[in-house]
Amino acid sequence: MTKYLILLAGREGEWNDADPADRERWHQEHITFGREVGSAILGGEALDSADTATTLRRRSGTAELTDGPFAETAEHLGGFYLVEADNLDQVVKWCELLPEIYSIEIRPCIQIEGLDDPTPRSSAPPLRSSADTSRGPRTSE
Amino acid sequence: MSDALERVWRDEWGRLLALLVAQTRRLDLAEDALADAFERAARTWPEAGVPHNPPAWLMTAAKRRVLDRLRAEAVAAKKQPLLAVEESARSAESDDLLRLVLLAAHPALSEEAGAALTLRLVLGISTADIARLFLVPEPTMAARLTRARKKVVAAGVPLAIPDDDVLPERLETVARVAYLAFTAGYAPGSGTDVVRAELAGEAIRLIRLVRATGHRAANSPTLTALLALMLLQHARRDARVGADGALVLLPAQDRDTWHHDEITEGLELLGRLTGWGCGSRYTSSAALPRHSTGADNGVVLERALAAEYVLQALIAAEHARAPTAADTDWLTIADYYRQLEELTGSPVVRLNRAVAVAEAGDLAHGLALLDGLDDRLPHTHRLPAVRGELLARAARHTEAAAAYELAIERCANDPEREQLQARRDALDVS
Repeated sequence: MTKYLILLAGREGEWNDADPADRERWHQEHITFGREVGSAILGGEALDSADTATTLRRRSGTAELTDGPFAETAEHLGGFYLVEADNLDQVVKWCELLPEIYSIEIRPCIQIEGLDDPTPRSSAPPLRSSADTSRGPRTSE
Repeated sequence: MSDALERVWRDEWGRLLALLVAQTRRLDLAEDALADAFERAARTWPEAGVPHNPPAWLMTAAKRRVLDRLRAEAVAAKKQPLLAVEESARSAESDDLLRLVLLAAHPALSEEAGAALTLRLVLGISTADIARLFLVPEPTMAARLTRARKKVVAAGVPLAIPDDDVLPERLETVARVAYLAFTAGYAPGSGTDVVRAELAGEAIRLIRLVRATGHRAANSPTLTALLALMLLQHARRDARVGADGALVLLPAQDRDTWHHDEITEGLELLGRLTGWGCGSRYTSSAALPRHSTGADNGVVLERALAAEYVLQALIAAEHARAPTAADTDWLTIADYYRQLEELTGSPVVRLNRAVAVAEAGDLAHGLALLDGLDDRLPHTHRLPAVRGELLARAARHTEAAAAYELAIERCANDPEREQLQARRDALDVS
């Protein structure tokens, strides 16, 4: 099994500016994704808009904070899921359940020696409870 | 390589590698070990004789090599990432080769990387030959292959046959990758390179191997149409190069040197798809955009890519069946290009259509079809060269000269530029 980070990028504000009917449909698609993928979802969140991001870069001992995300692009990261799957084809199949508005980047996670379980422990807040299937990432609202 | 070994390499490399990969889940290791086994065979078989069961001998030698390497790694305590192998792939043997093809020609790789990896993994073609085919330096190709292998393993591209709802799409990727390798062999390089044309033929071998797996999906219309298309085009390879080594274009080719057995096979495959050659004409226009052929035998090509390959193959078939260049049925070819343009919207197809329409006798229509192409084909010399030719035939010499001059300016190929220059100089411009 490999852990995959599913990054959901889209046009900033698309979710908020959409018809309520579209928003409801996309919301339902996230719920379907949550139901289908089930316990293979290890985590996931919707992110606030890119203009709330702060980027930290450190070079030669000085920390430099910049207002904004890594890169200024037309599409911004709006949310993510962390899932566990046997292979890429499985993840692609799941991702096809998600709203079409996203460009989706699928990244395999690597295992690092000495960090057996890089998933959040009990000290971290639970990212998702089974009772609350609506709490997947959407784009920022 | 001896004949016996060469035969095993051509017939069995892909299947043996697929088995080794399924068992070891280590792409890099399996590939190196199998290459080692073939090298050992090349050394020992001439003296010891060809073993009773050559594939089994090679498999045993390769497995031994894998074990050696795994032991060495265990000592070095290096942990290597494992390939995603579907549970059933470790037991079922029949679809081994198809699994390997679908892994190498996976849409998660670029088509260029997929083509290179497929030639290497499935056909066992050397990195040097693949580099030559794609006109890149060998270290560049080696790096591209290394990156592709790493991506396949790290991203978790599975060694598996996908579900029926995805499989047709995945076979289209296989077709695209094969056709990319095929056309690479005919792409203009520095002069004409006979070896590259032969390497283009490996794409035909790839599709033959896939079809020979016997998997029900491996005989899809897309792959059948692609095989017909490649056979009909590849059959002309020997006529493409003149005694002086220069490229010979279709009208001037010696048709006796075409491989007529391959043409026959291509036509036969095409006939099965379309009813072509049974007195019926292929027309897809009535049923577009569902891409059904409307041919008498009722074969329906529901996928656009299959229809595209069929139309291209039909064009090649019209050329192939004309006894001389003058006998070419340009009217029919022009109609196929019209259908192909409707299907693909490609400006290059429209340019070819204009040539066919003009060859069929309608010069004014041919010229009109070139209108509006300049923005879509701003760099190629072929557009102004065709326009110059058609204007010259229409006796509009001043405009023809201007078009030729633009073509000469854009043309990077020396012999071709000289030809354009000669045409420009032959015009009667005061």
